[in-house]
Amino acid sequence: MSTTTGDSKQRISMLKVLNPFHIWALGVGIVLVGEFMGWNFSVAKGGAYGSLIACWVIGLLYTCVAMIDSEVTSTVAAAGGQYTQAKHIIGPLMAFNVGLYLVMAYTMLEAADALVVGDLMKSGAEALGHAGLDTKPFVVLTIAFLAWLNYRGVFTTLTLNFVITFVAFIAILVLFLAVEPANPGAVLKHKELLTDLPYGWIGVVASLQFGMWYYLGIEGTCQAAEEVRSAGRAIPLGTMGGMMTLLVAASLTWYICAGLMPWQYLGQAVTPLYDAGTLVGSTKLQLLLFVATAFAAIASANGCINDASRAWFSLGRDRYMPVFFGAIHPKYRTPYRSIIFLVPIAVSFAFTGLLDQVITFSILSGLLGYTFMSINIVKFRKMWPLGSIHRGYIHPFHPLPAITLLILCSATYFATFLGYGTSLLSILAFYIVASIWFSVRRYKFVKRADQFTMPWPRPKGY
Amino acid sequence: MTKHYEPPKQGWFGQIFDSLFVLALVYLSLMLPLLFKAKEAASAAAGAAAEAVKPTWESLQLSPVVQEQWEKLGYDAEKAAALINTKFDYTIDPVWLVITAVVLIGYFVFMLKVSDKEYRQVIAEKFGK
Repeated sequence: MSTTTGDSKQRISMLKVLNPFHIWALGVGIVLVGEFMGWNFSVAKGGAYGSLIACWVIGLLYTCVAMIDSEVTSTVAAAGGQYTQAKHIIGPLMAFNVGLYLVMAYTMLEAADALVVGDLMKSGAEALGHAGLDTKPFVVLTIAFLAWLNYRGVFTTLTLNFVITFVAFIAILVLFLAVEPANPGAVLKHKELLTDLPYGWIGVVASLQFGMWYYLGIEGTCQAAEEVRSAGRAIPLGTMGGMMTLLVAASLTWYICAGLMPWQYLGQAVTPLYDAGTLVGSTKLQLLLFVATAFAAIASANGCINDASRAWFSLGRDRYMPVFFGAIHPKYRTPYRSIIFLVPIAVSFAFTGLLDQVITFSILSGLLGYTFMSINIVKFRKMWPLGSIHRGYIHPFHPLPAITLLILCSATYFATFLGYGTSLLSILAFYIVASIWFSVRRYKFVKRADQFTMPWPRPKGY
Repeated sequence: MTKHYEPPKQGWFGQIFDSLFVLALVYLSLMLPLLFKAKEAASAAAGAAAEAVKPTWESLQLSPVVQEQWEKLGYDAEKAAALINTKFDYTIDPVWLVITAVVLIGYFVFMLKVSDKEYRQVIAEKFGK
């Protein structure tokens, strides 16, 4: 896949330099911050046990996402991920919406990550006796530095992600060993701290909303489809390996935190794993968790910049958004204009002070994307049955994962309605108005036949 | 073969306007829920003022282990009570539930229908009628 550099006619393509470890680092790197902050808001909505049930139920949702995504992405190996899939399988308006879901989900998550880095620096400064540190410079510096890294090249960006994500994951394992899991009651106080479901089963359903934070963003692995050496091997290996890593990390995180903090505190904590490290009473452990939380947030922001810029670039390349953004850097082979354009936007989201709104926008954009995936795979199998085109990977038990995914997405919409109904309607209103605007104004700039670039036969039914 | 569609070229002003338009929409949808939240916060503050009694560890009826964990986290009874007494209200308003479901399903139906129409144009131009 290649593109022009905006105004010139020179054909430049992205470099194919990534392997399965980079894919793992991209997916887990974006998500692992969810174990260090955010997942615990599900405890506030449904109690500690409610959060654990949400962790497993949403784990099933994401397993379906990973299975479906691995098949379609290993077949449609192009930048833009689900956006490019929608373009080839459902149509331009759906593709435009999916592109926006990706840009919004990742840019807002990036803003939340940068805020966590700022808050963490403030906590660290307080611990060293320097209270009242201004967090804003750290937010700007984090986003600006990572954008510069992304601008310079994808290989270094994702190699850094691999290292810091690995350190953050090891920190969770070290903390787990430090709380003496084989000796209940010594450090962990599950017997005394765990309560019945505070809101009953309705609270468990409600907690599905923030249960998404355990895994939100794993589907971002397919944004790198155009830059891997072998999409058919690297995408399924990296994505499914990432899901397994996250299921382990999520379960350990819940076990540690639920045994150390009252659920009412846990439900609103900004950095629960760092708090857990502090409660154990070891300075070394506290320092390790400080570094790990910072690394997890940086890795997530780094992956988000990578994914959001590729989605925005793809929208520009296809003229769904201004064509100016559809350019690749002639030397670094990165979508540099999109990377730069999204920097001030991420910073401004972080500075709105509306963290819960920003997080809800990110979660709902992801959820709308998963709903699309369940429809997409059914159409994909119908329009190009098995054997009619080459697939890098074929997921088993079709259509069971698609049906399960649709049911779980519906349950999560209901969970969001419980407590965040206004935000749900407001965000839907955004996508509806944007869709009307695309149909009325933008679609006229789109070259029709150029939307279909895969070497496939004519789809059945069309 | 279907007639090839040649789109118009968009100028710089149009490109800038379109980028800013989408951004303005995002900010609007981020701010909209705040109007409703401001009303909720005002009524919650009025309720809290009405039942302002200083709590103690005894009145919170916590076990010694739970109280110890609160204290390790740097909380006294008053600060802990503020969190313990914060509750979600899961009362379902059926009218709002139906409105939300209709908007959500309507959005997907609209998107699939329009996409299908546009997709047929793409396929017709790519593969011929």
